[in-house]
Amino acid sequence: MTVARRPFLGKIGKHLLLLPFLVFALFPFYHMTLTSLKQDRELYDRFAVPLIITQGPTLEHYTKLLWDTDFLIWTKNSLLVTGLSTVVSVVIGTIAAYALARLKFAGVAAFGTGIFVTYLVPTSLLFLPLAQIINWIGMGDSKWALVLTYPTFLVPFCTWLLIGYFRTVPKEIEECAMVDGATRIQALWRIVLPIAVPGLVCAALFAFTLSWNEFIYALTFTSSSEQITASVGVTTELIRGDIYFWGSLMAGAVLGSVPIVILYVFFLDYYVSGLTAGAIK
Amino acid sequence: MAVRAEEIRVTGARPGLVARVRALLDREEILGPVFVTPALLLLLLLVAYPFVVALYFSMSNAFIGRPSEFIGFRNFVKLWESDAFRQTFQNAFVFTGIAVVFKVVMGIILALLLNEQLWFKRLIRGVVLLPWVIPTALSTLGWWWMFNSLYSVVNWTGIATGLMDPPGPNWLGQRYYAMAAVITVNIWRGLPFFAITILAGLVAIPKELYEAAEADGAGANARFWHITLPLLKPVLAVVVLFSTIFTFSDFNIVYVLTHGGPINSTHLFATLSRMIGIDTGRIGEGAAISLYLFPLLAFVVWAQLRFVRKQTF
Repeated sequence: MTVARRPFLGKIGKHLLLLPFLVFALFPFYHMTLTSLKQDRELYDRFAVPLIITQGPTLEHYTKLLWDTDFLIWTKNSLLVTGLSTVVSVVIGTIAAYALARLKFAGVAAFGTGIFVTYLVPTSLLFLPLAQIINWIGMGDSKWALVLTYPTFLVPFCTWLLIGYFRTVPKEIEECAMVDGATRIQALWRIVLPIAVPGLVCAALFAFTLSWNEFIYALTFTSSSEQITASVGVTTELIRGDIYFWGSLMAGAVLGSVPIVILYVFFLDYYVSGLTAGAIK
Repeated sequence: MAVRAEEIRVTGARPGLVARVRALLDREEILGPVFVTPALLLLLLLVAYPFVVALYFSMSNAFIGRPSEFIGFRNFVKLWESDAFRQTFQNAFVFTGIAVVFKVVMGIILALLLNEQLWFKRLIRGVVLLPWVIPTALSTLGWWWMFNSLYSVVNWTGIATGLMDPPGPNWLGQRYYAMAAVITVNIWRGLPFFAITILAGLVAIPKELYEAAEADGAGANARFWHITLPLLKPVLAVVVLFSTIFTFSDFNIVYVLTHGGPINSTHLFATLSRMIGIDTGRIGEGAAISLYLFPLLAFVVWAQLRFVRKQTF
């Protein structure tokens, strides 16, 4: 085989085959960032080459976004909603997952199935009745409605992910501690959870990402500029009538993705393992 | 791992309420229900109850800010007779069918490539996975700009390379092109999930199988069709079922890119449901539309429980 005889060429060939996939994945981000840095003069020049900046970059779209719009308020809302719903969901998911993975009690199998089923329920199935329920309890147009409802899709995910992690912790370690006089809760707190830290990090990362990226609930349950999240703010408030400010719009799309990109750069391996664990288990 | 006993506080038989609660919580049949109660309450109040409310709404003439009356299946009949709904129904199958097939095929190819010896392996995986972690609503804005009728970079590239005649298609303004655009973005966003999950399936296939096949003279093609693909089947089944339900119920991409247009040609159940239920206030009808997602969801759940969980539990 020629490939086997010339491993170096074969290796280059594989990279060349990968190239279209990498361009496909990256190009929208490249183009988004490029657009956000272009001067309007070049941006709206139909004869300019769109793939590069020729007339010098500018930060004016970013300054406009930060000072002339409520972008910072939306980002603050996103951080609050995402942070709170992540913490709540990881805690609820952790104890539920521990019970499902370790404890024998009436209804454990039915509850496990229930968690799995809700894990598969898409948010677009229930947003209408939830919007009404939120109005009934007086939380209409409030970011707290998001803190309340995001756990409905985060808890099933965290629980499902963590069941897998808890099963990898040997039972004997826990039993050993309990023989030495620890209660089950102490054994969980001091023995099992420290071992399951990678799983907890993974669950927290995914919960954070899922709620930061959530769109349909945020779009439906909140509407005023003081309550909306970054995704909703950028897609609704920056688009007024038929006049689009493409530079600021792209700047908003870039800045709204920054928190996730930062997490992603630091925890890439957790994302990869969580993605596969979530689907395969 | 050694457990240091002195670190664990020994609970003596202290009398009183605290001790009794503690003793109770140490029993599996008590602690189990206590631990699942928060999750259970959440699912009952904010998933099961809204589902019942949705069922009621779908059989009522509920309108925003007005008391509703029970009208039986009239919403479903009315929808079935409306052009917008029929178009949406068809769109949902076209969108899901094409997108999932592309994601499977491209996902397998990409996973096979990622499974090879590569330079910058981690960096490449990071790039591949990126579209999946970025907020979809925001990345779709980028695509919106790329498909813009005047400044489309897609058309510019097509014209520059001679693949398109100027001015190129008005992507979001013509029905089939608009559908092609929303499908493209869905593939772009969903491909990482397929590739990374299938890659995990590939890594799990024992190397000895390939070595044995090679010794028997099987070529690369034969190895793929007789070893790789059959052994990937369980993983493919999970990924396809998963993706089908979440593609079918997609909202973000269509909402940001086309708002369902032109003339309903890209509406999906979720976007039509929102337009009818929120924008025009006809909650009953809107709820009925989103309930059309339910049969597919029920099938996927059934299939997952039957085929998939059996293998892992």
